[in-house]
Amino acid sequence: MNSATREAFGKALAKVGATNPDIVSLDADLSCTTKSAIFAKAFPDRFFNMGIAEADLMATAAGLATCGKIPFASTFAVFATCRALDQIRNSICYPMLNVKVVGTHAGPSCGEDGGSHQAVEDIAIMRSLPHMVVVVPADDVEAEKVVAAAAEYIGPMYLRFARLASPTVHDEDYDFDLFRGEVMRDGNGVAIIACGMMVPRALDAAEQLAAEGINARVVNMHTIKPIDEDLVEACARECGKIVTIEEASYVGGLGSAVCEVVAERCPVPVKRIGMPDIFGKSGPGAELLDEFGLSAEHIIEVVKSF
Amino acid sequence: MHRDVKDIAKQMRVDIIEMLAAAGSGHPGGSLSACDILAVLYFEKMNVDPSNPEDPDRDRLVLAKGHAAPALYAALAEKGFFPRKDLITLRKSSSYLQGHPNMNIIPGVDMSTGSLGQGLSVANGMALAGRLDARDYYVYCVMGDGEIQEGQVWEAAMSAAHYGLDHLIAFVDHNHLQIDGNNDEVMTVNPIEDKFRAFGWHVLTIDGHDYDAISDAVETAKATKGKPTLIVAETVKGKGVSFMENQVGWHGVAPNAEQAEKALAELRA
Ligand SMILES: Cc1ncc(C[n+]2csc(CCOP(=O)(O)OP(=O)(O)O)c2C)c(N)n1
Ligand SMILES: [Mg+2]
Repeated sequence: MNSATREAFGKALAKVGATNPDIVSLDADLSCTTKSAIFAKAFPDRFFNMGIAEADLMATAAGLATCGKIPFASTFAVFATCRALDQIRNSICYPMLNVKVVGTHAGPSCGEDGGSHQAVEDIAIMRSLPHMVVVVPADDVEAEKVVAAAAEYIGPMYLRFARLASPTVHDEDYDFDLFRGEVMRDGNGVAIIACGMMVPRALDAAEQLAAEGINARVVNMHTIKPIDEDLVEACARECGKIVTIEEASYVGGLGSAVCEVVAERCPVPVKRIGMPDIFGKSGPGAELLDEFGLSAEHIIEVVKSF
Repeated sequence: MHRDVKDIAKQMRVDIIEMLAAAGSGHPGGSLSACDILAVLYFEKMNVDPSNPEDPDRDRLVLAKGHAAPALYAALAEKGFFPRKDLITLRKSSSYLQGHPNMNIIPGVDMSTGSLGQGLSVANGMALAGRLDARDYYVYCVMGDGEIQEGQVWEAAMSAAHYGLDHLIAFVDHNHLQIDGNNDEVMTVNPIEDKFRAFGWHVLTIDGHDYDAISDAVETAKATKGKPTLIVAETVKGKGVSFMENQVGWHGVAPNAEQAEKALAELRA
């Protein structure tokens, strides 16, 4: 409960690894902090530390996948998606190989390490790759279910996890559907579509808005690609306006994905909250989120600004 | 002794010229230099069966220098993975024979390549999987000598040695040329042997057009335990076509009808 999604990833990987011998884990000298070390400890023969070599990490995972293995290749999101992009493109997505690219410490909540380490562009980059599925779980409970679903789904996937602990908003018995967004709170005054640790903040904002008579619907859009188009359209049709929020650049991520669907299927006003085309900086993760406007307060402000 | 392979390699060279001439684009130089290596591997060494292309116990080959696809396709067609008549559809929009190898739509292709420098890592992954599953297959990887300028090749060289991948047998097609000129003019790669040895590899240097030498080197590699083997194959870019041999200009240009005719006459002679 209330743990970081990376923590849930490590535990979940060890859990699915126990029942599925095809699962292998690879890391690039960050297993202690991506938490793949939990898997490594349980299954040392199926764990490969590739050293600080992200290109080799991704393409080795691809080779394992050609032989029926289900590799989870983990490192910081920024290095996975930027340093090893060509490997993910040409050795994983182009041949449609069953590799799970795991990016942890994504977004400004990564904190003190600063802008060099806080992936803000990863969702946009991964979303643009043909065949890639992009998932950003809202909390630790969902992260565990995402890992289990990733082990079942055959094909390339990008899983985005956070360093910072965040509130759990799901019950353990929550019925997760990889390709369906989740309406977490009903309402028709405005739809707030969020992913990752922005989901608890969206729920907070909705609670406060309710006190002021604004009935906000909150959607947890954990899977950004392929996005649940029907749900986005329903939000547009039934709420008439949409606010999106993600812990990433507002260029090309969840907000953009929502806009694409809304523009084509039911044009209504959309306002995107995210990193406003800037890199992050050092500071405590939680503080940075507020500073960059990734907060319930900012959501409320934006909702009222329509 | 290697009469069959010799004839096959000859046919492959003919196929390469015909394919490229029909396509109007592609890479003759590096296809011709790698031809004999691929001929020995596919027709003397590799345990592959066109009637069971997904056999988990089969040997695998990663053509890291994916632009030599015509040589690979010629070998696969000759082997029976797909009809020989399809070869001349190379690079056409109606064809499955892509400009660079595509494992999803071309029978017999073990990995999609084209972006240089990634193949050795992929081959390592295949070798690791074989070890995990206690299978005895070998993984072959054929790289270009310019290709090894890619940093990832050295990442992969490090990990192959670190994991002691003795079922990995890699070749460098050392034709001394790349696109912009001689390797060492563009970016010094030599001495290749010393570098790989320093990385922990078993290294052999052979004449890459000598069928016995290629065959013997593979046997030596198989007998070497605990480390990966690199076979530096000294080759001639454009081998077999006099006006293409050692000519940097024939890296990525297809012969026109007249040039193709001349090349074919030489190859068939
Ligand atoms: C990552 C990458 N960069 C550039 C290219 C373009 N390219 C294709 S072939 C080639 C030269 C390859 O030289 P070498 O490895 O020596 O191949 P060979 O001489 O055997 O044809 C280049 C630069 C590429 N395919 N991939
Ligand atoms: Mg060369």
